[in-house]
Amino acid sequence: MSDPILSVQGLVKHYEKDRSAVERLLGKPRMVVHAVNKVDLDVGRGETLGLIGESGCGKSTLGRTVLRLHEPTAGTIRFDGADITTLEPKALMLLRSRMQIVFQDPYASLNPRKTVREIVGMPLLIQGMKDTAQRDDRVHAMLRRVGLRDDQFGRYPHQFSGGQRQRIGIARALISHPELVVCDEPVSALDVSIKAQILELLSELKSELGLTYLFISHDIAVVAHLADRIAVMYLGEIVEVGPAREVMQAPRHPYTRALMSAVPRVEALGRRQRIVLKGDLPSPINPPSGCKFHTRCPAAMPRCATQAPTALSMNADATHLAACLLYDASARASGAPEAGTAAARFSQKEPS
Amino acid sequence: MMGADSPAATVPSQAAVASRAGGGDVILRLRGLSTSFSTHDGVVKAVQDVDLDVMRGECLGIVGESGSGKSVTFASVMGLIKPPGRITSGSVLFDGVELTTLAPPAMRALRGKRMAMTMQDALTALNPSMTVETQLCEVILAHDDEVVKLPRRQRMTQARARAVEMMALVGIPSPQSRLREYPHQFSGGMRQRIMIAIALACKPQLLIADEPTTALDVTIQAQVLELIADLRASLGMSVVLITHDLGVVAEQCDRVVVMYAGQVMESGPTAEVIAHPRHPYTRGLLASMPRLEDPTAPIRPIQGMVPSLINFPSQCRFYSRCDRRQDACLANIGLRQHPDGRATRCLFPETAP
Amino acid sequence: MNTTLDTVFESPAQQDSPLRRSARTFMRNRSAVVAVGVVLLFVLIAIFAPWIAPHDPNETDLLLRLQPPVWMEGGDWSYLLGCDGLGRDLLSRIIYGSRVSIFIGTAVVVLATGVGIVAGLMAGYLRGWVDTVISRLVDILLAFPYLLFAIGLMAMMGPGLQNIILALAYKEWVIPCRLVRGETLALREVEYVEAARAVGASSAYIMGREILPNILSPVIVVSTIRMAHVIILEASLSFLGIGVQPPTASWGSLVADGRSFIMDAWWISTFSGFAILALVLAINVASQGLRDAFDPRLQE
Repeated sequence: MSDPILSVQGLVKHYEKDRSAVERLLGKPRMVVHAVNKVDLDVGRGETLGLIGESGCGKSTLGRTVLRLHEPTAGTIRFDGADITTLEPKALMLLRSRMQIVFQDPYASLNPRKTVREIVGMPLLIQGMKDTAQRDDRVHAMLRRVGLRDDQFGRYPHQFSGGQRQRIGIARALISHPELVVCDEPVSALDVSIKAQILELLSELKSELGLTYLFISHDIAVVAHLADRIAVMYLGEIVEVGPAREVMQAPRHPYTRALMSAVPRVEALGRRQRIVLKGDLPSPINPPSGCKFHTRCPAAMPRCATQAPTALSMNADATHLAACLLYDASARASGAPEAGTAAARFSQKEPS
Repeated sequence: MMGADSPAATVPSQAAVASRAGGGDVILRLRGLSTSFSTHDGVVKAVQDVDLDVMRGECLGIVGESGSGKSVTFASVMGLIKPPGRITSGSVLFDGVELTTLAPPAMRALRGKRMAMTMQDALTALNPSMTVETQLCEVILAHDDEVVKLPRRQRMTQARARAVEMMALVGIPSPQSRLREYPHQFSGGMRQRIMIAIALACKPQLLIADEPTTALDVTIQAQVLELIADLRASLGMSVVLITHDLGVVAEQCDRVVVMYAGQVMESGPTAEVIAHPRHPYTRGLLASMPRLEDPTAPIRPIQGMVPSLINFPSQCRFYSRCDRRQDACLANIGLRQHPDGRATRCLFPETAP
Repeated sequence: MNTTLDTVFESPAQQDSPLRRSARTFMRNRSAVVAVGVVLLFVLIAIFAPWIAPHDPNETDLLLRLQPPVWMEGGDWSYLLGCDGLGRDLLSRIIYGSRVSIFIGTAVVVLATGVGIVAGLMAGYLRGWVDTVISRLVDILLAFPYLLFAIGLMAMMGPGLQNIILALAYKEWVIPCRLVRGETLALREVEYVEAARAVGASSAYIMGREILPNILSPVIVVSTIRMAHVIILEASLSFLGIGVQPPTASWGSLVADGRSFIMDAWWISTFSGFAILALVLAINVASQGLRDAFDPRLQE
C-alpha cells in the first residue's frame, strides 16, 4: 500500500506476569503472555480497517500498542511516515492529537467526578488551550454535533445512558481533530437499538471530518457493515486480511471460515450446517507451535504443527492475504497426499 | 436449585393435572403476568401484562434489550422474585399447575426438577468455592427420584455417577478428573456447559436459558447452541431461549416473542415475524441491524432511548420512539391475537402479508 | 439526529453531582447526623473555650482542693464538676483540654493524610523503584508498635506541642498511604485514565485530576476514623507524662492527675475519661455514616 497513514511491521507485544522474589529464587520459568506476535499491518488514509477476532486474540492490545498506550516489545510503528516506535514523550505528545481512541466500556471510560464539559475539554487543555471560553466554544460545538443538548453539558456521566456516554466518549476523541481514530469495540456494550445510532454517528463523522478508522470488534456483522478492508486475528497473529467483501464472502483461512459460519444470521431461519470448531482457545501464555490454529483446525495437516505459515497472496494484486499452509505450494508438494485430502476435506465444509 | 424438603412436598402428579385447563400441548402458559419493584423514586412496572405460551418440545425465543423485562418475566415464573419486587397480577400455569399461588416447598420441589434455568454469567451463577462435583450432586441428590430412593451409602456414589454422565453429555472432556475442579478453572464456554449440565441433571420438561451465549465468543457460542439444540432433540424438552440476538433466535427458535419495556410487543412463528414484522419496534429492530448477507445495505437506527419505567403512564411504551405514533396510542393498548397465530400490541400494525 | 427525546423520561433522582448524592444519603442516617452534631459541639467548645470556661484552667486555689462536683456534699455551683488536686476547676480544664485533643488530632491527621496521599499516589501510579522504596518504608514503619515508636521519638525530640504532632504523624502517614496506593493501583488501568494518557496528559495531571478525586471517599472515611485513634494516642502520651507538659491540660494528663485520687476524688479521672469517650464515640459513628454515604451500593 502506498502512503498508508499507519504502517506496522513485525509488531510484538509481550507481557510478563510478575514473579515474586521467591518464585524467582526457585527458578520458576517466566510466564509471558504473547499478546501480539509479529504483526504486519497497513491502514490506508481515509479507509475503515476492521479488525476482528475473538477474546484473547490481541486485537485490543494491538489497537493500544499502535497508539503507544502500551509500549511495543519489538517491531516498528510508522504514523504518517514517521517512525514513532521509540519517540520520546515530548515529541509523542505533539502527535497525540492526531491519533485518538474510542473505548468500549461507556461506564469506565468517563471520569465520574468530572462534568461532561470537563471530560471533553481535557484534550484541549492538555494540548495547551488555556482560555476557558475558547475551549468551551469548541467543546459545546462538538457535544451538539454528537447529539447532546445544551443543558446537559454541565452534568455528570452517571446521569446519562450507555449510548449517550459513548457519544461523549466519541466527542472527546474527536475534539482535537485527529486523523486516525482507533475504535475499540465502540458499540459492543450497547443495546441493539442503540448500536445502530452510534454506528450512524461514527459513519457521518468519518465523512464529515475525513477520518481514518481502525475498527476493532468481535461483532462481525457490524464490522462487515462499516469496513473497507478486514483483518482477522487469532492468538496474536493476523491470519487473513483483504477487502471486506472478499473476506466475508470468500474467506480463505480456515479460522475465518469457521468464524463466518458461526455468526448467527437473521435470514437463516432454521438450523444450518456450520463449521463448529472443537476445543477451547489455547492460552496466549503457551501458544501452540507452528500454526497457532492447528489444534482446532478442521483441515490441519501434520506439517501445521511444526511450520509457521507466512502471509500468501490470494488474488492477483496481493490485496487479499492469508497465512495458511494449505495455500503454500511447497508445503502441499512435500506433504502431497495429506495436503490434497485436507484441502478437499475442507472445501466440502463450505458454510451454506 | 437447593434441596427440597421431604419427598412428601406436594407437587401434583402428572395424572392429577392432566384433566386441568391448559391443554396437553402447552407446557407453560403466562396470562397477564405483571411484576413490579418498589423503589425510592416510585414503582417500576418491570413486567406488565405478559401473555405467552410455550408448547411442548418447542424452542421459544424471547427477544428484548435491557429493560425489556425478559429476564424478570422468567425469574417470576421460577419464583425467584424477592421484595421489593413482587408479582402483582397474572397467572403462570406450568403443566397445569398454577405457580403464583404454589407454596414454597412445592415450588422448590418443582424448580430444578421439572423446570430449570441457566443464567448469563456462569462465573457468578456457579458457586466459586464449591467444586463442580458438589454443585452437580447437590441438584441430583435433591431431585433425582431414583437416587433419592437409594439407601444413604449408595446415594453419593450414584449421584457422582450421574454427574459424570451429565458432564459427558454436555461435552466436557475427561469428566471424571474435571469433576473435582472449581468453576474458575474452566473457560467461559465450559462454565456455560456446566450450568446446562446442572440444569438438565434431572431431565426437566422445561429449560429456561437466560442469555446463554451473550458473554461468549462467536465460535464458542456456536458450540453451546448446537449442544442445547441436540439435547432438546434427544431429551424431548421445551426450551425458552432469552436473548437480545435476533440471529440466534432466527436459527434456533420455532416461535419468537418480542419484548420491549416490560411488555410483549409481538409474537408468532419466527420465520414469519422476521420476514413480515408487524410491530413498529420489531420492524425498527430488523431495519437497524447490519446483515451479513448484504453488509453494506444502509441501516436505519431507532431514534431515542428506552424510557424510564418509574411510574410509567398507561400508554404505548414504544410511543416516544415510534414513527407511526398517533394520539390514540396514548391509551392502554392490549395484546391482540391475530387469526394466523401471531399477536401484536399495536393499534396500527403493519398489515402487509 | 433526533435526540430531544433522549431525556423525556429521565429519573428525577439522578440530577445531582456525586457529592450531593452522598450528602443526601448521609442526612438520612440519623445517628450519624447526631454524632456529627456532637463532634461539632466539641469543636465549638474548643474554639470558644475562653468564653465558655467559667474559670481560668490554671488558676489554683488550695482551699478548693479536691472539691466534689455540685450535686455531692460540699459541692458548689461555681465549680460544677469539682476541682482537682491543686484546686483548679475541672470543668474549665476539660474545656481547655478539648482544644489540645482536637487541635492535635486534626493537625496529625491532616499532615499524615497529605503526606500519605502524595506518597501513595506516586507509589501506586509510577510504580518501579518509587513504589519499592515507599512500600519498604511503609512496611518498616508498620512493624513498630505505635505507642513505643511515639515514645521513642518524643524522648529524642523532647516535649512540646509541635513534637507531639510530628511524633504521631511519623507513623500515621503510612495508613492513608497504603490505602491510596491500593486504590491507585486499581484505577491506573481504568479506561478514563487511559483516555487521559492517550491525550498526552502528564503523570502529575493524571494523579491529581483523574485519580485523586475518585479515591478521596475512602481516604476521608479512614482519616476521620484515624482521628479518633490519634486522640486516644495523644491522651495516652499525656497520661504517661510525655505529651503536653503541665500546666497545659490535656484530657490524658487529667486522667493521670486523677489516678492518685481515684478512690476519693473519682470525678477527676472519670469526667476527663468521659470526654475522651464521648468525642471518640461520636467521631466513630460519624465516620461510619460517612462510609455508608459514600458507598455506591447504598446510594438508592
